[in-house]
Amino acid sequence: MTQYLLLRHREIPEISRLEVYRQHGGFEAFRKAVTGMTPDQVTEVVKASGLRGRGGAGFPTGLKWSFMDRKNWPHYVVANADESEPGTFKDREIMEGNPFQFLEGVAIASYAVGANRAYIYLRGEYQHIARWLDEKIAEMEAAGLLGERLFGTDYSLRMYTHLGAGAYICGEETALLESLEGKRGQPRVRPPFPPSFGLYGKPTVVNNVETLANVPLIVQNGAEWYRSMGTADAPGVKIFSLSGRVKRPGNYELPFGVTFRQLIYEYGGGILDDRPIKAIMPAGASSSLLRADDRLLDTPLDYASLRPFGGDLGSASVIVIDDTVSIDWVIQKTIRFFKHESCGKCTPCREGTYWMKHLIDRIRTNGKEEKQVQLLLDVARQMQGKCLCALGEFSTMAVVSGIERFGEDFR
Amino acid sequence: MSKMVTLSIDGIQVTVPEGTLIVDAARQAGIDIPVFCYHPKMEPVGMCRMCLVEIGRPMIDRNTGQPILDENGQPKLQFLGKLETACTNTVSDGMVVLTQSEKARAGQKATVEFLLTSHPLDCPICDKGGECPLQDLTMAYGPTQSRFLYEDKIHLAKHVPLGELIYLDRERCILCARCIRFQSEIAGDAVLTFDERGRSSQIITSSEPPFDSVFSGNTTDICPVGALTTADFRFGARPWELKAAASICSQCPVGCNIVYNTRREARSDGRIVIKRVLPRQNEEVNELWICDKGRFAYHYTESPSRLAAPRLAGGPASWDQALEKAAQALRTWQKKAILASGRLSNEDLYALKRFAEALNVPAYLYTSMGGGEWVRRYGLRAGSDLGHLGAGDTILVIGSDLYEEAPIWYLRVKQAAERGATLILSNPRFTRLERFAHYAVRYAYGDESEVIGRLNADAKIAQALREARNLVIFFGSEGMGLEQTEALAAACAQLLTETGHAERVDNGLVGVWPRANDQGAWEMGFEPVSDLQALFEELDVLYLVAADPLGDGVVRLNGRKPFLIVQDILETETVRQADVVLAACAYTEREGTFTSGERRVQRYFPAVPHWGECKPDFAITAMLAEAFGLRLEAHSAARAFQELAASVETFKGLDYAALSEVRAQWPPTGREDYPFSGTAQPNTQGMGKTLAAVTEAPSARPQPKVPREAERLRPEEGTLLLVPITRLFDAGSLVSPSALLHKRIGARRVILNPASGLEQGAQVLLEWEGHQVEVTVELDENVPAGVGLVPRSMGIPLQQPARGHLHTPERVR
Amino acid sequence: MTLAEKYSQEIQAIFAKYPPEHKRSAIMPLLYLAQREEGYISRQAMEEIAELLEISVTEVAGVVGFYTLYHDRKEGKYRVQVCTDLPCALRGADEFLKELSQALGIQPGETDAEGRFTLEEVMCIGACHRAPVFQVQSAEGVTYYENMTVEGALEALKKLE
Ligand SMILES: Cc1cc2nc3c(=O)[nH]c(=O)nc-3n(C[C@H](O)[C@H](O)[C@H](O)COP(=O)(O)O)c2cc1C
Ligand code: SF4
Ligand code: FES
Repeated sequence: MTQYLLLRHREIPEISRLEVYRQHGGFEAFRKAVTGMTPDQVTEVVKASGLRGRGGAGFPTGLKWSFMDRKNWPHYVVANADESEPGTFKDREIMEGNPFQFLEGVAIASYAVGANRAYIYLRGEYQHIARWLDEKIAEMEAAGLLGERLFGTDYSLRMYTHLGAGAYICGEETALLESLEGKRGQPRVRPPFPPSFGLYGKPTVVNNVETLANVPLIVQNGAEWYRSMGTADAPGVKIFSLSGRVKRPGNYELPFGVTFRQLIYEYGGGILDDRPIKAIMPAGASSSLLRADDRLLDTPLDYASLRPFGGDLGSASVIVIDDTVSIDWVIQKTIRFFKHESCGKCTPCREGTYWMKHLIDRIRTNGKEEKQVQLLLDVARQMQGKCLCALGEFSTMAVVSGIERFGEDFR
Repeated sequence: MSKMVTLSIDGIQVTVPEGTLIVDAARQAGIDIPVFCYHPKMEPVGMCRMCLVEIGRPMIDRNTGQPILDENGQPKLQFLGKLETACTNTVSDGMVVLTQSEKARAGQKATVEFLLTSHPLDCPICDKGGECPLQDLTMAYGPTQSRFLYEDKIHLAKHVPLGELIYLDRERCILCARCIRFQSEIAGDAVLTFDERGRSSQIITSSEPPFDSVFSGNTTDICPVGALTTADFRFGARPWELKAAASICSQCPVGCNIVYNTRREARSDGRIVIKRVLPRQNEEVNELWICDKGRFAYHYTESPSRLAAPRLAGGPASWDQALEKAAQALRTWQKKAILASGRLSNEDLYALKRFAEALNVPAYLYTSMGGGEWVRRYGLRAGSDLGHLGAGDTILVIGSDLYEEAPIWYLRVKQAAERGATLILSNPRFTRLERFAHYAVRYAYGDESEVIGRLNADAKIAQALREARNLVIFFGSEGMGLEQTEALAAACAQLLTETGHAERVDNGLVGVWPRANDQGAWEMGFEPVSDLQALFEELDVLYLVAADPLGDGVVRLNGRKPFLIVQDILETETVRQADVVLAACAYTEREGTFTSGERRVQRYFPAVPHWGECKPDFAITAMLAEAFGLRLEAHSAARAFQELAASVETFKGLDYAALSEVRAQWPPTGREDYPFSGTAQPNTQGMGKTLAAVTEAPSARPQPKVPREAERLRPEEGTLLLVPITRLFDAGSLVSPSALLHKRIGARRVILNPASGLEQGAQVLLEWEGHQVEVTVELDENVPAGVGLVPRSMGIPLQQPARGHLHTPERVR
Repeated sequence: MTLAEKYSQEIQAIFAKYPPEHKRSAIMPLLYLAQREEGYISRQAMEEIAELLEISVTEVAGVVGFYTLYHDRKEGKYRVQVCTDLPCALRGADEFLKELSQALGIQPGETDAEGRFTLEEVMCIGACHRAPVFQVQSAEGVTYYENMTVEGALEALKKLE
């Protein structure tokens, strides 16, 4: 069995206690960075490691940090713990089980971009985790790992949690920042991107929890070591949130390059009642529906490898669908979700999700008239490429791919 | 001067300053990129997605920084895969924008179709029909028919009152947030927001009172659909049935440019009546905005108490009889005077002034705010524009609540502060403008004359005044009477001189006058009267024009009353006591000019026919003057103005026709620009001209003397210091006839600090100097203890600060 | 008694999290604080929060309206929020909701006679691997109930005071 890098609490149950975490080398990376490296050197290591964002977009993390506008201060770091993508529950386990590794990642990122304040934005439902992290932050302060003049240098850092209140859109980085500023959580037009115009209009790095949890390892063991895992396109390990019609749903920390077959059958124990697998949604409700044929099942997974299948790995929230499930039912669920979560700011998303909802309900109740199915497909396509943020786009992925690839379920 | 960049939009080369948004650049080149949420006066938000276009940017070689060229030497262009919003992207050199490509058209069509899925399409019964961006853009860009099933259409409330002035139709609303953004960005009153989200989003207000803003009407102009309508105009008429007359608002000294929309009404027995007021663009005065008083208070012009014909104390009379009787009185008696108010036009006031000179009697200005002679000398001069003020400049506001007294000046000053001007506010209590001030200096009611000294005592403020590139001072009459305001004005003039800001463009003194044309009267040399009561008691004959001292309680008739010749538009208390009544036209029934507090002379035009036998004031005066062998212009306001311009010093050089000149303005307005700027009207009838400075050499000019100490009043144990203040909505004869505004006008009241121990809404008896008035108590923690604020023109005849008492009914018993 | 009087300590701690010039950021924690009082956010609480943050009541109302975990109306003491989003539904969440609804005798969106429970359907709450799941939101906050059976659910709900 692999040695865990992120879900280390599975091997070291007590690792959520500060002294235990430190016994296992905890906060050495942070000390090393602050006392032994310049911020740019830290950014360089992360760049060299090839670490890519785990929040969905897969953007190179070090590169993002290097975009921070150095003419505009102060800088902020915001950890994105909104985790609201249906089928995603990985950040939660990291924060619950191995909180210090994540917090250390936040601290190192803050040092690298010269931020003296970092916020952790959690989805409102994660109240118990916010309280938990507040305790951990207090312990860090007591131990001199947060506060003024850390490790005797002139670097200071404070960390705060901030609870959302039930809005998937607040996972989108600019909506998150608006929410953190005390406004309605609606996305901003990008560009400008957070590294030039972020929290309170100041340069800000927004990173996913899992992304940040990787950072201490990289700083401690070096880029080479990290690159030795995973694939060239996506070095390192990834937590796959496996859900749906599998025997053992849950989080699986595996190196990139693992296949769906391994994930679903070796780790996930196969399909419930051993039924044939039908489709896979690799990135939660926002992903395209992929036909689960052998070619797909045996493809080593990274960000690039699913493109040819017309899909994206995204946050690797793998929802498994078997032959008992009809795809029109699936997209009714995803459409309902996106209609409920559309922030309402831009026209195509607000009106399009509403329109699609009416069409799919009609199709599912009044029978699958070809005209209506075609219209649903047209509406979805008509939304694409016109929305203000990616949510609108997401809402069309399952619809278009579902109708195009599983036409039989719409006849 | 910022760098210019050149780009191509639909093949047309356009050169605009760096940082210009693509929509604006296109508009300047005459290309209309459709928009809904974008408004040129507000920050772009890219919400509605109507302005989708294709944008190509020249590819730049990373190493050389030079554009990459294609085989035939043209810079290679990079187009994003997807459409972009023209409202949020700024121009760059060599950029290529396609607004009409198949892809762009498809995007625009898609947005319109999406908007229509929730829209009721009730154009035939919609007030916006005919001036509706959605209707227009649907024709131009939309699909021929909607594929959205009608039975799936969302159904929402159609008559939601957002306060008593504005109604919301939730079905029509396209959620562009223009109204919300106007209220928070421009008005500074964040009283609108979205409730819920997604398709359930809806406009709400949670303020108390609802939609608590004096700028609310503007949201109906910029609403790109018929979702927001005014309680005044909704279902009133179809836009294409309306005639438009250019005019100037007569409600305050700002002089907002407006349009009166009129229509012949069966309901008003075939008369042509005013249906609504719209702002008329003047970027140097009111931009695209007006306040709710200007928009809704016009109903006094059709009030049942309008005077329709002249009359004598005895009863009805012809013009000849009335004029003869008046002339006779003026011939017979010795002690006489003329009393006129700043409600009159420049031409009217000039005629009165000439008449007074001919009779060799004084011409008094009816006002309780003095200092005009200082504004005449130290006021703004030709070329000045509050829109010029910004970083490096200083604006000082003393003794005035601009939000209540001159809302559009409040906007202009707020904007200047947002552009970086230093705003110094000096008032005895908190006012809304203070939220944007850099320095707020409090003083006690009564200490006005000390304020300037107090400002100079603060090093930072003194520096902001001294080192200002430009300095503009607004002074008002908060808590002051004639004497105190006169002293304050002198002190302000002195400050301008001492800091070296006198006699310069974009510098000077502005009086926040009670009436639209007080400044004109000051320019013509009218003098205020300190004691009208005494005047009444000693005079034999008084010719009052547009003044109601009896109704205002300034004068009480005890026994002897002079022969009263009263010229007015409404049946006032003074009219009731008159020996001769001369019926004048409302200004909406004639043409003329007003001089704004910024000393800008602006023309207004007839909107509706004369009421009954009414005549313009200057014509009436001219007819009266004839009996004394004095020839004054009795027919043409134009000629009257030319005479005035030839003889009144600061008007010299002005030409009536030239007042109608217009300059090109941004943003564009007008029929085809409704989607862009809203229904604010284009300015085709003139932006006015600012008066010249006083001409004699500065040396020859009397320098402002150290202000004489005005009488000082302070709260005293056991008494209440009563001070008059100005509220936008009052019970004055030019406001109260508009039933719509009664809620905003409220009760006759005294405003006290909660520490007074009285209950909000309590009925009490207000007593001072022999006056007794029943009033309602309003509590406000911004009122200093021991002070009672008394709103003017609410039927409480308090002209200057006074010590008084409150009796709660039980204590009376 | 105002929030400021009752929770002065806590409110100070909340403000301390954000730069003084950006106190508006404190609105979300303050709304949770207010909701602790009566399980929903009263008009009076909104006014008080607006005052604390120096923004308008309308702006506060707009924030309350945007987020699903804030409520401006009194409902059941406990909001039983069952996830029926795709991953859960693939594991029987719809049936679970139907049976629980029958057992409680209220439809989703309804509140029982005693005003104890309001049954609600919610989107993914991040427990997809432990479906069926629901969370209970009350004045105290949110608690998760995972790997649920209807019997277990009724047990758990009975335990709530
Ligand atoms: C609708 C929407 C929802 C999102 N939700 C999340 C989320 O819950 N957690 C997250 O980390 N990123 C989410 N993202 C991605 C963020 O916008 C952002 O890209 C990410 O947090 C960057 O961090 P990373 O580079 O470490 O992945 C979402 C994006 C969109 C458009
Ligand atoms: S019109 Fe432009 S301004 Fe409005 S959102 Fe739309 S996209 Fe834009
Ligand atoms: S879908 Fe129910 S918890 Fe995720």
